[in-house]
Amino acid sequence: MATNEGGFQPPTISETHLPEIFPWMAEWGTGFGKNMLMVILSVIVISWFFMWAIRKQSLVPSRTQFIAESGYGFVRHTLGRDILGEKHFRQWIPLLFAVFFFVLVNNIFGAIPGLQLPTFSHAGPAYALAGIIWIAWIVLGFRTHGPKFIKLMTVPSGVPKWLLPLLVVLEFLSNFIIRPLTHSLRLMAVMLAGHIIVMLAGSGVEFLVAQQGGLDGYGLGALILVGSIPLYFLELIMMVLQAFVFALLTAIYIQGSIEADAH
Amino acid sequence: MISASLIQAAEGDANPLLPNPWEALVVILGFLVLLYVVKKWIAPAFEKAYQTRIEAIEGGLNEAEKAKSEAEAMKAEYEKNLGDARAEASRMREEARAEGAQIVAEHKEKAAVEAARITEQAQQQIAAERASAAHSLKAEVGSLATQLASRIVGEALEDDTRSQRVVDRFLADLDADQSAQAGQTGAAQ
Repeated sequence: MATNEGGFQPPTISETHLPEIFPWMAEWGTGFGKNMLMVILSVIVISWFFMWAIRKQSLVPSRTQFIAESGYGFVRHTLGRDILGEKHFRQWIPLLFAVFFFVLVNNIFGAIPGLQLPTFSHAGPAYALAGIIWIAWIVLGFRTHGPKFIKLMTVPSGVPKWLLPLLVVLEFLSNFIIRPLTHSLRLMAVMLAGHIIVMLAGSGVEFLVAQQGGLDGYGLGALILVGSIPLYFLELIMMVLQAFVFALLTAIYIQGSIEADAH
Repeated sequence: MISASLIQAAEGDANPLLPNPWEALVVILGFLVLLYVVKKWIAPAFEKAYQTRIEAIEGGLNEAEKAKSEAEAMKAEYEKNLGDARAEASRMREEARAEGAQIVAEHKEKAAVEAARITEQAQQQIAAERASAAHSLKAEVGSLATQLASRIVGEALEDDTRSQRVVDRFLADLDADQSAQAGQTGAAQ
């Protein structure tokens, strides 16, 4: 398509950053834009939905309450109890719940026409959320194990002494630097890729139909449109899966921090 | 810290790895607000609903368990009562039978005693009547015999003393005969 005489310009990554709504802090790049509005919207939507769904706390739940309870039960049991263990999981339910649904709703924004932008396809939100969890992980580790936590996290046990200098550096890099980066970039990269596919398909169809026209244009445009439907559902799966993976990793990191001495 | 110039430089072909601090800030604040809401209201509400439901279900189960054990206790008691009643009935039957047997035996004994008494009385009466009969017979037979003899013999036997002697001798013979006969009968018995 790019070799076409009409000169199709594929969308660039810069185009995922929409124009700002308010030019506040514009000297730091983009001002206050759609992405930030959606973050605020997600907080409101999640808070409102769950508080509204559980307001009656009836023994025999309504359909809404049942759906909300299923979501809460999923976080509580699959992410909380199964990973953190019966003894510790209760106090971490709110964090896991907030992480899972915050990421989930912000991802699904990418599949809602009109919004159509997963918040975490931008690096800033992904770094920020992974950073919060990283800090929580370190604070929890020091609170549970004291200064020994650094040693537990960097010095692997049962390793020959001459290997230690190398391994300590590697472990430090792996646990303290690379882990939060991968935690955030995994989410961000998947969301960005999905978003670019949607953008590419959209602009391709727009170009073929509106600018090129003709039998090829309409035909190819229709083909891409049909082809983008399974992609849309694949994206939907990815959005849910990435939210799950992100929350799952959060639970695993916290578990690693609580039981650092058991490793 | 990411410098503004870096972002400006990446503007042409934006580097997706460079964060927009504005966005990061909004996400941090938004997430912390959400976390607070979840911790303060949402999680407690769900936990409470969950707990209430567990209690309701467990309460129902316990109640059913209690009712079942109560029914079992009642049944055991009922069976025990039934057994007691059966034992009581059989005991009463046994008692009545024993009592009946005793009454029958008593009556039999009483009847036997009565019969013995009646028999004895009858024998005594018979003996007395026989004695009186013998006595009166003796007098009558004497006078009759005398009458008969005087009629047969006539005037010859006018002399009282002689006739008295004859009668006495006759009666003595009769007595002797009778006692011999009685002795024979007693030996035969």
